[in-house]
Amino acid sequence: MTDPLLSVRDLRTQFDTDEGVVRAVDGVSFDVDRSETVCLVGESGSGKTVTAESITRLLPEPPARIAGEVRFDGRDLLSLSEAELERIRGGRIGHVFQDPQGALNPVYSVGWQLREAITLHRDVTRAAARERAVDLLRRVGIPRAASRVDDYPHEFSGGMQQRVVVAMALAANPDLLIADEPTTALDATIQLQILRLLADVQAEFDTGILLITHDLGVVAEVADRVVVLYGGKVMEAADVYDLFESPAHPYTRALLDCLPGRGRVEPIGGAPPSSTDPPDGCRFHPRCPHAVPACRDGDQPPLAPVGGDVDGPAAASEGSAADHAVSCVHFGPGGDPSAVLGPGDAPGGGDE
Amino acid sequence: MTDDPPLLSVRDLTKHYPITEGVLRREVGRVRAVDGISFDLRAGETLGLVGESGCGKSTAAATLLRLSEPTGGEVLFDGRDVGEFSPTEMKRFRRETGMLFQDPSSSLDPRMTAGESVGEPLRIHGMADRERRRRVVADLLERVGLSADALDRYPHELSGGQQQRVALARALVVNPRLLVADEPVSALDVSVQAEILDLLRSIQDDLGLATLFISHDLSVVREVCDRVAVMYLGRIVELAPTDALFADPEHPYTRALLASIPRLDPRRRGRAAELSGDVPDPADPPAGCRFHTRCPEVIPPDGIDLDRARWRSVHDLRVRLDREGIDADAVRRGVVAAGGADSVAAVTDAQAAAAIREEFDLPAPLDDPDAEAAVAAALDALLAGDERAAVARLSATFETPCATDEPPRLSTAPAREVTCHRHDPTVAASTSPDGPDAPDGPGGSDAPDAPGP
Repeated sequence: MTDPLLSVRDLRTQFDTDEGVVRAVDGVSFDVDRSETVCLVGESGSGKTVTAESITRLLPEPPARIAGEVRFDGRDLLSLSEAELERIRGGRIGHVFQDPQGALNPVYSVGWQLREAITLHRDVTRAAARERAVDLLRRVGIPRAASRVDDYPHEFSGGMQQRVVVAMALAANPDLLIADEPTTALDATIQLQILRLLADVQAEFDTGILLITHDLGVVAEVADRVVVLYGGKVMEAADVYDLFESPAHPYTRALLDCLPGRGRVEPIGGAPPSSTDPPDGCRFHPRCPHAVPACRDGDQPPLAPVGGDVDGPAAASEGSAADHAVSCVHFGPGGDPSAVLGPGDAPGGGDE
Repeated sequence: MTDDPPLLSVRDLTKHYPITEGVLRREVGRVRAVDGISFDLRAGETLGLVGESGCGKSTAAATLLRLSEPTGGEVLFDGRDVGEFSPTEMKRFRRETGMLFQDPSSSLDPRMTAGESVGEPLRIHGMADRERRRRVVADLLERVGLSADALDRYPHELSGGQQQRVALARALVVNPRLLVADEPVSALDVSVQAEILDLLRSIQDDLGLATLFISHDLSVVREVCDRVAVMYLGRIVELAPTDALFADPEHPYTRALLASIPRLDPRRRGRAAELSGDVPDPADPPAGCRFHTRCPEVIPPDGIDLDRARWRSVHDLRVRLDREGIDADAVRRGVVAAGGADSVAAVTDAQAAAAIREEFDLPAPLDDPDAEAAVAAALDALLAGDERAAVARLSATFETPCATDEPPRLSTAPAREVTCHRHDPTVAASTSPDGPDAPDGPGGSDAPDAPGP
């Protein structure tokens, strides 16, 4: 078995603030393989964006302190020098951010910016870089790419700007694309265009995609695997079908229940955990309808496999090695999943 | 209840913004942000106004509330023209209308406590007694689900959902009869979104408010609205009861919008039909039906035998030539870049034509000989430098009412309106019923399935 393209283990990112230490990401582990789309899902304050920005250390340190292990194609990114990281960012790892206006420089033409992204990572002639810029624009679906390459960002619509940003991220043929809420600022009809574009790119180049989103609709559309974050911790990690068809963690289940379009909308109630003073035990227990005394003490429960088809207890300790893992005492050793799932609602069944 | 006169009646409301140039600010064009919309809103009813960014939904709200002066049309509140209101009546109108905005952190004053923010409208409208104000405010904060200690909190001490509750209390404190909520949950997390929607529904039930609910998010609109108006480029294209709209959307744009809602079901991914292109510039809206430049269901001309996708490709070519033009030299440079020729001068017209056909997905030759002749002639004219002749050639052969005539507003069922030639019996009669693209209902093969319940 080959190593995954990206392997994040026990990632911890803290910020020292006046109010105390904020543990924005508190022991997060997951993998992204080539040709695979992994979605990090969570609400604001869950740590999803900080996770994404810790991987290539886009966060300024200090105030951030990043610990843990981030292996990309066998190298630990957290131990690389800034110069080495700069070669990887925009090179083998491309980034797409939520707001295309913030990612593009308004005073340069998109062609200039694309050429810069290309020549930074490759030694090519000006003419060849321009040709590649046009080719990239064409590939991301910009009509009349050959003439639009000289236009400035404001001359493009929001959806077209985001296509340009995707083109820039692809400039150096990255192996991994990290996209943080890439469609949140866009209209629904344009969102679909961009998601399809990312899927096409992936199909063509075997790109691994780490997509950060709050939108479970986007997850259902593109994810292979899903990691659900809450209060800086992984609540559940699963195959996309398992997550939607047999969600295990009470938080995941509550999140799905408060979405319009899936029957009765059921708000979660309560408030998200404090960033400086999170609750002991499971981060979700103050809002959880299934909380028992065991949920209130100690640390977040370790990820435990869901369902019977997991190869041995080793998988449980590895966490993300299990196909479907959940951090909940009811699924852990001695727990009874039916407390959450209800009697007769077998986990891992999928069909109803 | 339907016999009640509407509380709010909007008639042909328009709001244009002039585009000016030079020191004399000469008007060189106008952005038709809202271009003739009409609807009624009754007490106790929630009307959704949906559309993509730039369709004019927020401008419509600001204009009907007289926050900005309309260019034309009229707004009747309680049967009386808002435009004719005296300053005293205007103040009363302000009190009877409340607004809720997208971002609570920018609609609340950071230096005022929640209690002060909510109480401010009471003070402005003449309730001088401080203690009484405080009691009213405390009651209301409780009503929107905040505890009494929120009264003395500042916005930064509250979460986004709590801030939005304060903003709602502020909108409700003067007992308005009309509430205009502009994207009230778009900035909130989904779990908080559900709470605020719940709250809006229960407030609505208790107070019998008329609510205009503006959103880009159809799944949210479905949760709270009784009726929905769909806007595109300053116009309402469809107006229908919520259930009917979702079960049987009549306008192709509504169908496309519904199809673009993510399904929440990974097994059904990739089913949604993608809508091509962007929303056109509202300063230069397309002639005819404003949606024809993107519509997957443009009515094909008589006697042209092309399948739907191919017809759409031909129409795309025509729209592009007509609205933006095609730079023949850029096409030739593209052929050179792709390695088809050594220099721009060496590119043959056949190569350039083939490149354009490829971009628009137009195989050579097309199945229909007349269509093929027209496309070939138009490309010849374009490559010879006569773009106008190319447009004329395509327009003459591929005549469609969608590109030339404004669609009428049609009532297809009680309480339903749609603005589309496909539902116009006079147009439907003239298109061949056995054509390749006979008008069909949403049961057609390309029609999106409505999102599941």
